[in-house]
Amino acid sequence: MALPNLVLIGAFTYRPLIMNIYYSTLNWTLGSATATVVGLGNYVRFFSSDAAGTVLTTTAVFAVATVGGSMVLGLLVALALNTNVPGTNVARAGVFAPYVLSGVGVGLVWLFIFDPVYGVLAYVLRRFGAESPRWFNDPTLSLVMVITVYVWKNLGYCAVVYLAGLQSLPADVMEAAALDGAGRLRRFGYMSLPLLGPTTFFLLITTILSSLQAFDLIRIMTPTSQGTRTLIYEAYVQGFGAYQRAGYSAAISVVLFVLLITLTIIQIAWVDRKVHYA
Amino acid sequence: MSLLTLKRSVEASPVSLSTGATPRRRRPRLSTVLGGYLPLVAIVLLVALPLLWMVLSSFKQVSEIITLNLHALPRHWSLVNYTEAFRTAPFGRFFLNSVLVTVVGATLKVLLAIHTAYALVFVRFPAKNVIFVAVLVALMVPPQVAILPNYVLVAGMNGLNTYWGIIVPSLGTAFGTFLLRQAFRSLPMSMLEAAEVDGAGHLARLWRMVVPTTAPSITTVALVTIVSEWNEYIWPLIITTDPNLMTLPVGLTLLQNNESGPAGYGVMMAGAVIVILPVLVVFAFLQRYIVAGLTAGSVSN
Repeated sequence: MALPNLVLIGAFTYRPLIMNIYYSTLNWTLGSATATVVGLGNYVRFFSSDAAGTVLTTTAVFAVATVGGSMVLGLLVALALNTNVPGTNVARAGVFAPYVLSGVGVGLVWLFIFDPVYGVLAYVLRRFGAESPRWFNDPTLSLVMVITVYVWKNLGYCAVVYLAGLQSLPADVMEAAALDGAGRLRRFGYMSLPLLGPTTFFLLITTILSSLQAFDLIRIMTPTSQGTRTLIYEAYVQGFGAYQRAGYSAAISVVLFVLLITLTIIQIAWVDRKVHYA
Repeated sequence: MSLLTLKRSVEASPVSLSTGATPRRRRPRLSTVLGGYLPLVAIVLLVALPLLWMVLSSFKQVSEIITLNLHALPRHWSLVNYTEAFRTAPFGRFFLNSVLVTVVGATLKVLLAIHTAYALVFVRFPAKNVIFVAVLVALMVPPQVAILPNYVLVAGMNGLNTYWGIIVPSLGTAFGTFLLRQAFRSLPMSMLEAAEVDGAGHLARLWRMVVPTTAPSITTVALVTIVSEWNEYIWPLIITTDPNLMTLPVGLTLLQNNESGPAGYGVMMAGAVIVILPVLVVFAFLQRYIVAGLTAGSVSN
């Protein structure tokens, strides 16, 4: 009964892992019948190239900014939603909605909004006498733009998980603290936040892992990849772009995989010791 | 995605199926209502305005899009962007392809997950724990790093520009298997043992007892799978070069290339509406299942 699924997982999940390592040792153009073995040559080439610094920096900046942005904003939204006014459930669903939408569709919508001349953002800025930044031409601004949209799309996920965390805090303890004269800010800083430790850790890891895999939004909003070449984008461009360097692309995929699996192992090893307060 | 992620979420269960309706202790005062509403309204607007702008713009003519004098509402509601989208690219085909890939792919994936989970919980066979761990570890493998080898394999079997080439590589499902295994394990063993004594085979027990009693979990897995199949991008992008086989997200990339320049924004908004709206409608009605599924596994493959 389980066999078809297991065969599929083996063929399309496990097999590629091994094949990637093998391909990464080849100098091989995609579709070509011949390949030469270069050992670790592709890795050496990647890490000694100018591109490596840019790619790794871009990946790190994108990950840190999107994770930080969606977690901080997510927590703020969760705090706003953690009230007993009617309509909270509608807002909760609403803020989660962008998370389930097509990254391609969302990317197109925001490209139009960000357009430096005809976009609604430029229009609003003009109203205040300011000029729109040239989002599409400057690599740094392109990255800022993509990060902004990614945070917009993902903060609802953090908000909903944080909200569930907030609602599971022990109400009697919080009330006792309030009776003892602890203000809202103190209760949040000294009680809620530490008690939310496990939730924060859960979100930290899941959002880092998914931001390292972000592709559709980045690809659509910056088709030339200027300023936004993260590891995954670089692997795509090298393998399936003009050059079709399959071996080189596989090597970058292996680097990405090692990064992802390391994070996963760190989380498994650390979580139970480090984050439990309650 | 990850072992711990799932373990943690199942233990702590960040969002339960019964959704987060907080019990109301006392009637809110007017000031609380106003103070509480302001942030709520701001949050909803933050999400809704960009999407509203998409919908409104999709009904505007070019002259109302390429202008420095923007108006929120179209002066003449026009379908020209939609007809243009269907004219410059086979949008009807994109839509049908997406529907086909989503329906067939999601159905097969859910069936595979149900059967695998059943076997892992109720069938005695050797090396079961090893197999379960193998499924768990597969959750940690990001699909993106498997793209190139899968492309080489599928292209080598003449799977380029075929439906099976789009659908098959993502069929193996660790997420659904894991979530359903959790659900199936909560069923009372005695119930199934009684059925076994009565002579019901595995398939009968699965479909007459297990599936009906775990319908909410199966719905959750099905909806999450449907949404992720519909939105899937990188694999169909690589495996299709023929517009007749492209799904909506891939077709939108084509549209973006064809309609470059500000004049194309209207058409692109129409395209975005077509890919976004169906998911938004499904989400509006069934959000509690989707939110529960996505926050439980926090992974979509």
